[in-house]
Amino acid sequence: MSGPVPVHVEVNGTEHTLEVEPRLLLVHALRENLGLTGTHVGCDTSNCGACTVHLDGRAVKSCTVLAVQADGAKVTTIEGIGTEDDLHPLQEAFWNDHALQCGYCTPGMIMAAAGILADNPNPTEEEVRHGLEGNLCRCTGYHNIVKAVLDAAKTKGPEVAA
Amino acid sequence: MSAVAEHHVGKALRRKEDPRLITGRARYVDDIALPGMLWAAFVRSPEAHAKIVSVDASAAKARPGVHAVFTIDDMTDLTGPLPMAWVPPGITVNNPEHWPLAKGTVRFVGDPVAVVIGEDRYAVVDAAEDVVVEYDPLPVVTDPEEALKAETHVLHQDIGSNQTHEWSLGGGDLDAGFAEADVVVEHRVVNHRTAGAPIEPRGVLADYRAGSLTMWTATQVPHFVRLFTALLLGMSEEKVRVIAPEVGGGFGAKLQMTGEELLCAWASRKLGWPVKWIATRTEDMATTHQGRDQIAYCKMGLKRDGSITAFHVKIIADFGAYNMLLTPTIPALGAFVMSGVYKMPALQTDIVGVFTNKCPTDAIRGAGRPEATHMIELMMDQAADELGMDPLEIRRKNFIPKEDFPAELPIGVVYDSGDYEKSLDKLLEHVDVAAFRKEQAELRSKGIYRGIGFSTYTEICGLAPTRVVGPEGFGNQAGFWESSMVRVHNTGAVTAYTGASPHGQGHETSFAQIVADRLGVDPAVVEVMHGDTGVGPEGRNTYGSRSLAVGGESLAKCAVKIADKAKAIVAHHLEASPEDIEVSGDKFSVKGSPDKGMTLAEVAGAAYLNQVPDGMEPGLEATTFWEPENFVFPFGAHAAIVDLDPDTGKVKLIRYVAVDDCGNAINPLLIDGQVHGGVVHAIGQALYERVHYDDDGQLVTGTFVDYALPTAAELPPIETDRTVTPSPVNSLGVKGVGEAGTIAASAAVTNAVTDALRPLGVSYINMPLSPMRIWEAINEAKGASPEGGANA
Repeated sequence: MSGPVPVHVEVNGTEHTLEVEPRLLLVHALRENLGLTGTHVGCDTSNCGACTVHLDGRAVKSCTVLAVQADGAKVTTIEGIGTEDDLHPLQEAFWNDHALQCGYCTPGMIMAAAGILADNPNPTEEEVRHGLEGNLCRCTGYHNIVKAVLDAAKTKGPEVAA
Repeated sequence: MSAVAEHHVGKALRRKEDPRLITGRARYVDDIALPGMLWAAFVRSPEAHAKIVSVDASAAKARPGVHAVFTIDDMTDLTGPLPMAWVPPGITVNNPEHWPLAKGTVRFVGDPVAVVIGEDRYAVVDAAEDVVVEYDPLPVVTDPEEALKAETHVLHQDIGSNQTHEWSLGGGDLDAGFAEADVVVEHRVVNHRTAGAPIEPRGVLADYRAGSLTMWTATQVPHFVRLFTALLLGMSEEKVRVIAPEVGGGFGAKLQMTGEELLCAWASRKLGWPVKWIATRTEDMATTHQGRDQIAYCKMGLKRDGSITAFHVKIIADFGAYNMLLTPTIPALGAFVMSGVYKMPALQTDIVGVFTNKCPTDAIRGAGRPEATHMIELMMDQAADELGMDPLEIRRKNFIPKEDFPAELPIGVVYDSGDYEKSLDKLLEHVDVAAFRKEQAELRSKGIYRGIGFSTYTEICGLAPTRVVGPEGFGNQAGFWESSMVRVHNTGAVTAYTGASPHGQGHETSFAQIVADRLGVDPAVVEVMHGDTGVGPEGRNTYGSRSLAVGGESLAKCAVKIADKAKAIVAHHLEASPEDIEVSGDKFSVKGSPDKGMTLAEVAGAAYLNQVPDGMEPGLEATTFWEPENFVFPFGAHAAIVDLDPDTGKVKLIRYVAVDDCGNAINPLLIDGQVHGGVVHAIGQALYERVHYDDDGQLVTGTFVDYALPTAAELPPIETDRTVTPSPVNSLGVKGVGEAGTIAASAAVTNAVTDALRPLGVSYINMPLSPMRIWEAINEAKGASPEGGANA
């Protein structure tokens, strides 16, 4: 195994230089090196999407990206799109529509939804359902998640994109 | 109890817990790290059944940062094996020893053999791969019916057979019932094995220092984990604190005392450092207890007019390799409601439990009751088909009429309240069956096979009256009350402790609504604390749809105690009689003089300044332990509509409509959410999910690639509506709703698929309704059958 390598990455607007094992996953770099534990891990096969973040503006599963691949990139996590005092429209819609129960899939779900709306600000229900295909939720049956994404799109239109 | 004016109860308030969850600020087990924390990685068996010949950990131990490698031989100071809590009077239950690490023999793929403890999350996994275990394979049995016959494939040699127990529950004269029947319908109903699959895998962090142990664990039952951990480590109970932090879903899969929890606690004590283990998904799929896996031989006798005369069910329940905490009790939960919503003069459920070389089973959302509903509701459709009746007509013919409630059944349980006609009528306001049949015929002429299926169900929840399920009754070694404590602070802010332990249900909101109405405050100033054995009274936690019907009621009663004390204090200050004080809006005021009163903050100020009536203790705090006299029995009527492609066997769910009755609503938003998730859990089982072991006992669905949880793309919106039939069992008039959707839905979907299949010559099919199974059934019916078929 080779030794640690440097990674320069901007996360939620703050620049960081990390020394990481080449095999370190981006999700673990975010969670354990930077303390941003809002991004979760729910599987080891890139199916559940709980680890979804934005890498240079695109929604990616951070369990399938090595930290070294994020070298020179900008990463946005759930902590970076809104705070309790200044919620992102998707966070607000998830809250209003009861689009979460245990909350474990929620950060990834919101980041994936933000990705959908960035590409398609006014999606149909069908498009939202297909867009969320890569994110699993066991609590909600997706009913209120789909509703929240559509509501966020309606209220904010194109501004929603993170 | 005096009537309570409801200002907050009944409102669809958005949740108090959500701000931290939607901003990534919540703290789940894996989000907690302690200085000096070590990681655990397990060495797990790749064999389904084998003797352990040797374990060589020398290479693993030589790796940098590895502190220790342990096997069961190192754990000599445990006081006993992992618990199974069912000791039914008069019945022998074979309960083999089950240790946190295998002792001499492994019995399923994933059975842990050794554990590596080290400094780095990745490095312990590498080291675990360096532990060399030599196995001597033994014969493997994965089919429960084979396992019952097998003499050479016995899992637990000291027991001598693979049978755990036999148990029968029933009432009425079965022989007379069948003798009276004009028709007898029989089917072998298979309810295949599934995974609870909360998106947060299991995990634990244990920190033993200076004689005290603190554990953070992804559990539904922190109080049980504390008790068993203390007992098994030989520690005094007050020295153990268990915290369920934010828990990422449970669905029964976290209703357990696991070997990994015990092991991390033990290792922390042994090594003097905090020890953490977080399951990978693959590990979780292989080793977290699974659910269902029952084969039921169902036999129903009916008169020509559709009335049921007798129902006999023989359940072969696959328990996997060991009994877990409640394993052998699960099929019995179904037996309690094996008559469903119907009058059944004679009923008997025979249960046989079986060990096989698979992961153990235990409670998963619904726990025995989804299996029961599935049997009953499939049999009702089959009986209707046999008698040439409409499936809804045969249901109405047999419904227990509303004037019969409370309804004592031959089996001995008493249904608290119900109005089954009303819920079916409400369902039919949403589903026009006549129009559907017309549309169905038109589509069929175009080659599209559309089907409709129904499920009218009840279930037993709100666990539980201890006299029924406790040591003297059914034999569970626990009491099933729930505790609560309400503390009003100096400023009138309220902390409400509950012994229930939520993991997504929203108790911080719904329980705050209950307290707020009783104390004349806003739910915003009521903080609901839970899931920490270090604060609040002893608790009995969350499972069996019990939190609201038992824990919520307990808290309501506790808040009333506070209100009564507040009334006495107000009366003292206003020179009135306590009987004349009422909660009106945001005040305790004199009846008829709403301006004359004190707010809870003013009452608390007086209580803590000891300005209270003579002889009254200062302070404003109360504790309540409360247990119900009976279970509660939610019910409802569900319908599914599916399209089926006869060329590929693929099913598409077009509509799902759920009408449920869970008594009075505390927060309708949360009820709908529970129904959505519950229904989809069972849709998943019916159409997509299956835990599958091959004949060698290898798990072939060990990841989310091959264990297919439903995604948003497969599902239509879930349409919900309610009827309200209050329960007389508690003052809130509530019933549970967490499992109802799961208990109802698999039968509705399966009946819909069967309805679509009938014109293709298939009149019965078992889940999972995969394209392959359906395609095979269609071809078998055509007489061009390949191997296998609908009854496989």
